[in-house]
Amino acid sequence: MHMADALVAPAVAATMYACSTVAAGCSVKKVRLENDPKKIPVMGVMGAFVFATQMINFTIPGTGSSGHLCGGMLLSALLGPYAGFLTMIGVLLIQCLMFADGGLLALGCNIWNMAFYGCFIGAMLIWKPIMKNGAGRIKITVASILGCIVTLQMGAFSVCLETLASGITELPFGVFAGMMQPIHLAIGLVEGLITAAVLCFVYDARPELLWGVEKSNNAKRKLSFKTTIIILAAASVIIGGGLSLIASSYPDGLEWSMEKVAGTAELEADGIIYNTMAEIQDKTAILPDYAIKDSDNIFGTTISGIVGAIVVVSLCVICCYIFRFFRRKSNE
Amino acid sequence: MSKIEGAIHEIHAMDAMASEDKWINKLHPLVKLLVTFIYIFIVVSFDSTDINGLLSMILYPVLIFITAELDLKMCLKRLRIVLPLVCLVGLFNPFFDREILFYAGSVGITRGMITMVTLIIKGVFTVLAAYILIASSKIEDICRALRMLHVPKIFVTLILLIYRYVTLFLQEVNRMTQAYALRAPNQKGISYKAWGSLAGLILLRAMDRASAVYESMCLRGFDGEFKRENSTQLCGNDWIYLISLSALILFLRYVHLFELVGNMIMK
Repeated sequence: MHMADALVAPAVAATMYACSTVAAGCSVKKVRLENDPKKIPVMGVMGAFVFATQMINFTIPGTGSSGHLCGGMLLSALLGPYAGFLTMIGVLLIQCLMFADGGLLALGCNIWNMAFYGCFIGAMLIWKPIMKNGAGRIKITVASILGCIVTLQMGAFSVCLETLASGITELPFGVFAGMMQPIHLAIGLVEGLITAAVLCFVYDARPELLWGVEKSNNAKRKLSFKTTIIILAAASVIIGGGLSLIASSYPDGLEWSMEKVAGTAELEADGIIYNTMAEIQDKTAILPDYAIKDSDNIFGTTISGIVGAIVVVSLCVICCYIFRFFRRKSNE
Repeated sequence: MSKIEGAIHEIHAMDAMASEDKWINKLHPLVKLLVTFIYIFIVVSFDSTDINGLLSMILYPVLIFITAELDLKMCLKRLRIVLPLVCLVGLFNPFFDREILFYAGSVGITRGMITMVTLIIKGVFTVLAAYILIASSKIEDICRALRMLHVPKIFVTLILLIYRYVTLFLQEVNRMTQAYALRAPNQKGISYKAWGSLAGLILLRAMDRASAVYESMCLRGFDGEFKRENSTQLCGNDWIYLISLSALILFLRYVHLFELVGNMIMK
């Protein structure tokens, strides 16, 4: 995601330098206020660590490809957002000067796209709230994966915006973003898993090194299975029910494309096979077109969403219990 | 040579080049930093169809590369990182912008083709300029220049520390990955079972090392800033370099030298 100088216009580069300078200025002030002289060498050594370990190829099982650590998320989980941000700037500057990885003029953009989102959004809005009542392996894994995915998506989107504002490509914004976002979704997931593995190791070996972990009075540090299931079920109901209200008013990507090409969202078809299959579908479908049968209103769509969420979660829970049952049996 | 070994070799080679006794190495790092920024800024400011104007900007790198005897081969190797990304972005231009600007014989040259070429040229020139800076100035010198530009000392110290320990950690990572590879033959990369323990162990050692580094720095009188004996004043040569090269770059920006000379010859 390192942007080269050729990809930015002077005005965009200057704006992003200004934004990054403000964030860096605030960070310097905060680090100074902490008044911990030991922190600077730790930041320096950690920066070098991130730089070096980003060169390790971690094999992704079943794919044959490899990924690397997410520096921003790792640094902010260990040093905090301000010190982590400054360390990331140092890493980006040395990458740019020594290896031409990112341009000098585009450094402001790169700091914003990779260090700002990774350290501030990742640490303050994702890592810290999740670690509010103590850390645990599941919590660390969730925070790392979520943090890496969200911050990488934001970074990739910023790259698209900066390229668009610079006017250097004729590629339509939608197409460019459509290429960048899915690629970075996969990268974010892999980087999140690797970062989580490292942070879980640190948690097991030296939990005091992790930043933003509040000590919980509860002796149980791990997120219990029951709580996880309740959270997942609630999230599914909210997403299934709530978001389907929004989804119902917009056609999906394929329908939209068909409407543009054929002038209609649903193609007409006829024939013996088609009619037979349609009859079978009509008889077996509980919720045709995600709505209550013979109902075409938003209420029907919402109910379908909630019912769908309950069915999927229930199926998932049943499968998990079946898996657990057989695993226990094989262990006996 | 592995990727990590290649990186270590590159850092050592750049360090050695920056320590040579050439005229450009003796110049104040601040003037080189300023000229580099001016050059890159001007290069990217060219219109996406102004190839003639942009091409004339090659004079600055040509001038410096020849007079300072810089290693062009090593510089071209650095393009392997920048060019793929720039090409990928520029590659779509010929497909989306098919407005024909002129004909070269019977072949119509479209606006998209021109903007793609311009983008690649910009990518190459900016890498050349950054290389001139880093091949003639040590990181310590660039940090000195940043300090003169009132960049906070906490930040400058941080960059120096990262740079100092990068080689060390690269060597450590190289040793560990080599040891892993020897124990896991025919396996590409690090297995997911060792993701946490391999990098985590390096991290814990890094933290311990940071404490040792801090204590030894304190024993040597570290008070938050690295002291240097060198004078920070600009001398006559520095001013000449700054003014003449800035003037040349600005001249090339506003006067299309190649076109002008070409027209004169054609007449």
